[in-house]
Amino acid sequence: MAIQQLSVFVENQKGKLLGTVKALADAGINIRAMSIADTKDFGILRLITSDNQKAMEVLADESIVNTTMVIAAKMEDRAGALYQVLQILSDAQINIEYLYAFTASEDFGAYVVFRVSDAAAAQEILNAHGVATLDDADIIEI
Amino acid sequence: MGNYYQPEIETASREEILAIQNEKIVKQVKHVYDNVKYYRDLMDAKGVKPEDIQSVDDIKKLPFLTKADLREAYPYGLLGTDLKNCVRIHSTSGTTGKRVVAFYTQHDVDLWNDCCARAIVAADGSSEDVCQVAYGYGLFTGGFGLHGGSEKVGCLTLPMSSGNTDRQIQFMMDLGATILCCTPSYAAYIGETLAEKGYKPSDNKLKAGIFGAEPWTEEMRHSIEESLGIKAYDIYGLTETSGPGVAFECCAQSGMHINEDHFYAEIIDPDTGEVLPEGSKGELVFTSLDKEAFPLLRYRTRDICVLTREKCACGRTHVKMSKPMGRSDDMMIIRGVNVFPSQIETVLLNEGYTPNYQIIVDRVNNSDTIDINVEISPDQFSDIVGENQAKERKLESAMRTMLGIGPKVHLVAPKSIVRSEGKAVRVIDKRKLHD
Repeated sequence: MAIQQLSVFVENQKGKLLGTVKALADAGINIRAMSIADTKDFGILRLITSDNQKAMEVLADESIVNTTMVIAAKMEDRAGALYQVLQILSDAQINIEYLYAFTASEDFGAYVVFRVSDAAAAQEILNAHGVATLDDADIIEI
Repeated sequence: MGNYYQPEIETASREEILAIQNEKIVKQVKHVYDNVKYYRDLMDAKGVKPEDIQSVDDIKKLPFLTKADLREAYPYGLLGTDLKNCVRIHSTSGTTGKRVVAFYTQHDVDLWNDCCARAIVAADGSSEDVCQVAYGYGLFTGGFGLHGGSEKVGCLTLPMSSGNTDRQIQFMMDLGATILCCTPSYAAYIGETLAEKGYKPSDNKLKAGIFGAEPWTEEMRHSIEESLGIKAYDIYGLTETSGPGVAFECCAQSGMHINEDHFYAEIIDPDTGEVLPEGSKGELVFTSLDKEAFPLLRYRTRDICVLTREKCACGRTHVKMSKPMGRSDDMMIIRGVNVFPSQIETVLLNEGYTPNYQIIVDRVNNSDTIDINVEISPDQFSDIVGENQAKERKLESAMRTMLGIGPKVHLVAPKSIVRSEGKAVRVIDKRKLHD
């Protein structure tokens, strides 16, 4: 299955990102993967954590937290690996809104997180082409 | 001393002016009572009959009219004559659902043009002058008001309307405009553009500017006077009472003479409605004295100012009003457009937002800016940048339709707008227009 990503509204003000990250640290939550989109008025912090439920609880007091389903696809460590995955999605007419990459500590594997219009369809087509994807249980392990 | 357009009236003694006013008010009240049912009902409810009004001293017995009455009576409720006698309408810029529409007979247009003509002559205008009218022409009263006054004075009148600054400058230079009429912020903009094009203030033939329709400061006056090489005169008016020219500045530049033979002014306590003694600061109230189509009695302008009867160096005897020092309601004037916070609230509710917002008004390079911070709720927040930005653009577009000016909208986090004593500060005006 696809995995759950948290999106946090971070005001474009001194100390706001620090406060958000501190709340996670204090709650003992490990950040598995992250990216920040900065707009003129605010930032969007996207997180995949060791405990999304708890993360939402500690952040809800401070800011807005939304959840989105994203795909985390394992990349082979070779030239052309990302190209191959993108080609599969492109052929299936699946549009990508954004993506970011992270490395898992367990197997040192490279993963790319895709935010797409239809996560379930993307998951299905990638798996059908032999591309491994993570599910929520994997996130706790890696 | 200076020139006057109608010297016998403009320099009449206090007794003469009172005699004119007393004669006119009796007729005006009877005209309104006989022809305007809306106001007749208000008078009846207050137990006031036309016979009770024998002089301007009795005006305080009459009921007030407010902007709310004008909206309620829209469009024909306050019309004082048959439509077939009317020749024109004008309308306010405010777009709070119902506009205020004012009607004019030819007599009304003539008296309004006379008022504007007095303002132009007070700014040293004559038939020798070339008068560039860069107020908007249309429903807005600015363009047509000064245009009519300029023609009465006999100036060569350039009906430029607002905007297209390159063309304004071309006509100004090629035809040697000597008087410029527009909003003060546009005058400042023209001054900056002239400098950018490499013109010195002495390169133009302008000698005077008549600027109004929005609040401006003494600092702004000095900067405009310097950049254009002119003397800058203030002018006051509202669509409800005719338009610009209800009051105008003379060479003394120390307050605006109210055309008292057409408009009777009172200063009231905005909370109690009580008339305040001369020299007090309070809300300005106008009673028209000789209008046919849209004769408003005791119309509350919501502008806070002071009236003075000190002898004026220009020789005019009509009472002077100070520049408005503020408002008795929450209306803001931004780029000459009337804006109420309630309009912004309406848009937010229509678009599915909470009414938690803050308006920040500022003036950058002599032009007003308006920014609106809007708190969002979790269901409106997207993890995709473009979707959030699209929400801001959609709100901006809805605001532009409602307000008539385009604000910048910024989505902010819930509960991020500072609330003092539980009540959010809705408007932060950084323009420092008033002391």
